[in-house]
Amino acid sequence: MIRVQREDFDVGAEMAAMSGNNIGALASFTGLVRGSDGDADIGAMTLEHYPGMTEKKLAEIEAEARERWPLEDCLVIHRYGRLEPGERIVLVITASSHRQAALESCAFLIDWLKTSAPFWKLEERGADGEEWVEARSSDDQAAEKWAATKK
Amino acid sequence: MKLLYFAWLKQKIGTGEEDFPLPADVATVGALVDWLKTRGPGYGEALGDLSVVRFAVNQDFAGLDHPLADGDEVAFFPPVTGG
Repeated sequence: MIRVQREDFDVGAEMAAMSGNNIGALASFTGLVRGSDGDADIGAMTLEHYPGMTEKKLAEIEAEARERWPLEDCLVIHRYGRLEPGERIVLVITASSHRQAALESCAFLIDWLKTSAPFWKLEERGADGEEWVEARSSDDQAAEKWAATKK
Repeated sequence: MKLLYFAWLKQKIGTGEEDFPLPADVATVGALVDWLKTRGPGYGEALGDLSVVRFAVNQDFAGLDHPLADGDEVAFFPPVTGG
């Protein structure tokens, strides 16, 4: 399931809500707003997204994960709007019979989401003003690693 | 057709969305970029370095050679930074 929303989410409640007849393993990833980047303090960030394409890309990523691993259930929540340090941005939960599928698919989902879901972060950097976060080549490499391992 | 701009492209162009008929001699995303650049300095600035611009046609990633039809939704944005 995919949810794109302004409001916060409850990690424990979402994990408890995962459903399937044969769940033996739950894996999760939660992404938070950092309070600094190197020497620079970050006051807050605003996440912009492309309504419509965001849901479409996330649904495609979920379908790809379900094709690659035997998942009992799967949830991706991504927030948008202005968020302050410590606030939750993104949640990925995967449920499977065994840990390897749960852990691998969770890592796959967050790696692919970072390079293909249309979100952009605008950071508030105090006296330096606002700055759009630049994409990192390390994120591309993390996503490409999964392309190379496609079964 | 509907054009959408996100993040700093929206700021440089000065709007997030516009609608107009597909220009007669514009058949691809690349030709649309060239045509947009003639519309004002904001467009030239936003679309000057295409190595930092990504394109989507009807909500799928597309390259500069992707064909266009009237009624398409075409979006321009920087490499994504969610997650």
